[in-house]
Amino acid sequence: MAADLASGATTSVALTRAHLDRISAVDGAVHALLHVDAEGALAQAAASDARRAAGSPASGLDGVPIAVKDVLATEGLPTTCGSKILEGWVPPYDATVAARLRAAGLPILGKTNMDEFAMGSSTEHSAYGPTHNPWDLDRIPGGSGGGSAAAVAAFEAPLAIGTDTGGSIRQPGAVTGTVGVKPTYGGVSRYGLVAMANSLDQAGPVTRTVLDSALLHEVIGGYDPMDSTSIDEPLGALADAARQGAAGDMTGVRIGVITELGGEGYQAGVQQRFDEAVALLVKAGAEVVEVSCPSFVHALAAYYLIMPSEASSNLARFDAMRYGLRVVPDGDPSAEDVMRASRDAGFGDEVKRRIILGTYALSSGYYDAYYGQAQKVRTLISRDFEAAFAQADVLVSPTAPTTAFKIGAKLDDPVAMYLNDVATIPANLAGIPGLSLPAGLAPEDGLPVGFQVLAPALADDRLYRVGAALEALLENEWGGALLDRAPALEEATA
Amino acid sequence: MTDLMSYDDAMAAFDPAMGLEVHVELNTATKMFCGCPTEFGAEPNTQTCPTCLGLPGSLPVVNGKAIESAMRIGLALNCEIAEWCRFARKNYFYPDMPKNFQTSQYDEPIAFDGYLDVEVDGEIFRVDIERAHMEEDTGKSLHVGGSTGRIQGADYSLVDYNRAGIPLIEIVTRPIMGAGEKAPAVAKAYVATLRDLLLGLDVSDVRMEQGSMRCDVNLSLSPKGAGTLGTRTETKNVNSLRSVERAARYEVSRQAALLAAGGSILQETRHWHEDTGVTTAGREKSDADDYRYFPEPDLVPVAPSREWVAELKAGLPEPLRDKRARLQGDWGFTDLEMRDVVASDAVGLIEETIAAGSSPQAARKWWVAELTRRANEDGVELTELPITPEQVARIQALVDEGAINDKLARQVFDGVLAGEGEPDAVVAARGLAVVSDDGALGEAIDRAIAANPDVADKIREGKVAAAGALIGAVMKDMRGQADAGRVRELVLEKLS
Repeated sequence: MAADLASGATTSVALTRAHLDRISAVDGAVHALLHVDAEGALAQAAASDARRAAGSPASGLDGVPIAVKDVLATEGLPTTCGSKILEGWVPPYDATVAARLRAAGLPILGKTNMDEFAMGSSTEHSAYGPTHNPWDLDRIPGGSGGGSAAAVAAFEAPLAIGTDTGGSIRQPGAVTGTVGVKPTYGGVSRYGLVAMANSLDQAGPVTRTVLDSALLHEVIGGYDPMDSTSIDEPLGALADAARQGAAGDMTGVRIGVITELGGEGYQAGVQQRFDEAVALLVKAGAEVVEVSCPSFVHALAAYYLIMPSEASSNLARFDAMRYGLRVVPDGDPSAEDVMRASRDAGFGDEVKRRIILGTYALSSGYYDAYYGQAQKVRTLISRDFEAAFAQADVLVSPTAPTTAFKIGAKLDDPVAMYLNDVATIPANLAGIPGLSLPAGLAPEDGLPVGFQVLAPALADDRLYRVGAALEALLENEWGGALLDRAPALEEATA
Repeated sequence: MTDLMSYDDAMAAFDPAMGLEVHVELNTATKMFCGCPTEFGAEPNTQTCPTCLGLPGSLPVVNGKAIESAMRIGLALNCEIAEWCRFARKNYFYPDMPKNFQTSQYDEPIAFDGYLDVEVDGEIFRVDIERAHMEEDTGKSLHVGGSTGRIQGADYSLVDYNRAGIPLIEIVTRPIMGAGEKAPAVAKAYVATLRDLLLGLDVSDVRMEQGSMRCDVNLSLSPKGAGTLGTRTETKNVNSLRSVERAARYEVSRQAALLAAGGSILQETRHWHEDTGVTTAGREKSDADDYRYFPEPDLVPVAPSREWVAELKAGLPEPLRDKRARLQGDWGFTDLEMRDVVASDAVGLIEETIAAGSSPQAARKWWVAELTRRANEDGVELTELPITPEQVARIQALVDEGAINDKLARQVFDGVLAGEGEPDAVVAARGLAVVSDDGALGEAIDRAIAANPDVADKIREGKVAAAGALIGAVMKDMRGQADAGRVRELVLEKLS
């Protein structure tokens, strides 16, 4: 698209209008978007066309429309985080990611659906109703960023922004047949990202190709003085790495297969497609080693202590005193009564569950046993990664243990839901980057399987090199992009 | 009505232990974690941004100047400076807290293990400092309606977030033991000395009346000689130097009465009422109060280099005790005079008055005798009197010029304190200039001689000392505005 814009074969207004039309046509069935800003997007598109006409595009992606997860503050555009408690809230400021998108000239089509405050793996916990997987509308699109992944998979947006705290970019990417990248922690500014777990959250690209992710990553990434945890280091030549990888030569690249992330507990078809992809990389010259990360068995437990602890504190600000939903009980209520009633009405069950968990884990007398221990596990996981990266340039695993499950299937079993993120969570705990790309369709259900690539902190370029290589090798096998095989939604809608 | 034991009786039966927590607002140009200005008295909610309003998605960035000020305070208090420390979240719900957690420090303060020596009645007490840590201030609630201006009974409340995020340093002492009956005076002297030290560092306005310095007084009693620590109360809202001493004395009397009657002390927060001079129960506080502290994940650790610490230490101003000794020498005050100056909290005021042209003794006389008495009568701090060192110096200059005398000067003080303007304007408006016009004086002297013929005779007989009675009569006649020296000359001329 960027090439067509650059050559004048199309215009940003035409592209933007086409995507808005597509949203009108299919989003009733998919429900990927919570808010569509047709007017704003077209105005930004017109401005982009003017820049292109004047020969001064703001960036390589100037004019390519994008959808943004509803957890990022966008000035003048509602930002609800999928929660009733923020219904109607319009931020007076832009997240750094949103500001960089605008500065680079990408028209913002709208805000995408998500599990409430990014808490979930299926987008079923959105207060505004679930998003449906474009491959099978009865199935979940992953979560929490199901809206961004579904929008890209359903061609409602060519690009989207997601956020990943325990897999919320990569796991939706896996189950929708799209590409999703969680950058190195600190690589993309968190300013304006409504925090679930500050030490784990990271925004990143959701796209249909590895190169698109690299290009988008270059737009949104880099040091931001507004975020103290932002890293003041160059991003690296990400798009160049993707282009280099696309040539398909993996000679000299050491690929580590993580023993603990595969086998038992992984769907047979998921494992099969993963193994086939590894074999393709070997054929392309890569060297494969098995690596063991013994501490990973504790990752999920540590994650479910650290994340709710931080979240319980982050979500305290939603108290109806300054913004958001305000429920005033009858009688002569005190400020505390208003807070209680508003939080009771405004938060969904999963959010309440995590607030209670986190409050408990941080309580005096339990802190050392829970939060303190979890931080120690985190250190052990980082050491496991260090040891593994001594043996391999990148580590690989299936992104999620299964393909997309049916909507409602795991709603009553939180632990089963949490297990979806077992392969993605370690990267968040260690702050390292990860990418998921489509590895094909599982033979037993015909649904997309995700392949995860992990790299050491600040070596995001390796994700793009290996990801683009595998993508080229797979598409060569398939004779086209995986999404070409997705069902036509117009028929499903009709 | 609360039972109270007389202070002396209480001190005969109990030993007090005290701990002081002082919050100091730093005078940095911007807030602790954002770029908003910190100016006092701006229109409500005009000095705010997404970060200090705690809007969803906003993030803090530490103010480097605040870190530097915190370290300088720590060094001036003889503290160790942490090589590595973190901020922590203190979680609790309150409408004036934008995030419902306060970004503070918990078990890793920037400065710890120091002391401050304070002087009471010529004796030095060493107050041990446990820690000084950095945190952000909260917003300010205004409770509208109801009679008390407090949250109970208010119709509605307004919150001003201009103050939210202003850098605070909390300085916590270890328990002050062994001061006996002087404990409240030690507390007051500690706060006063701390204030002077902070002024010298130029890190805060330290205006207690504006809330830029706030004090909580923790106090407990134990049976005399037991050497144990009793249950403490934490008295908040102690916002003047006088109140520090008064609140401590009140808690001694209240707790002593309770304990003597076989009762026990409830561990609680109490509020000091400046107007009625009592403390009342606030929130019950127990060690189970759980703030669920954890390290602030949005901030990176603070790790000041040892070079930076050494540089700051070398740049500290002269220590207070050295400065006082130097000033006493420069000013030529006796030990007793200097002690009164310190007790009156007038060191800085006298320094400024001298800088404005007054002699040291004159400055001391006005501030320690005249103005301290007036401040006590009005129940305000000396520094709160609506008169400046420059004005005091000008009044003394008028005396030195002979335009007024000491008695008239007191009337000029009346005028300036009553808001009638600058000293010269008060002199003019009140017609206070000394009369040295021979014509007017002559008539008054003639009247005095006529009224006191026997005195006049004695003077004529050479008893010059008797002139005093006639001078007094003339001064009275002229309502104190006569130039006494000239009157004496004229009387002696007339009666020689």
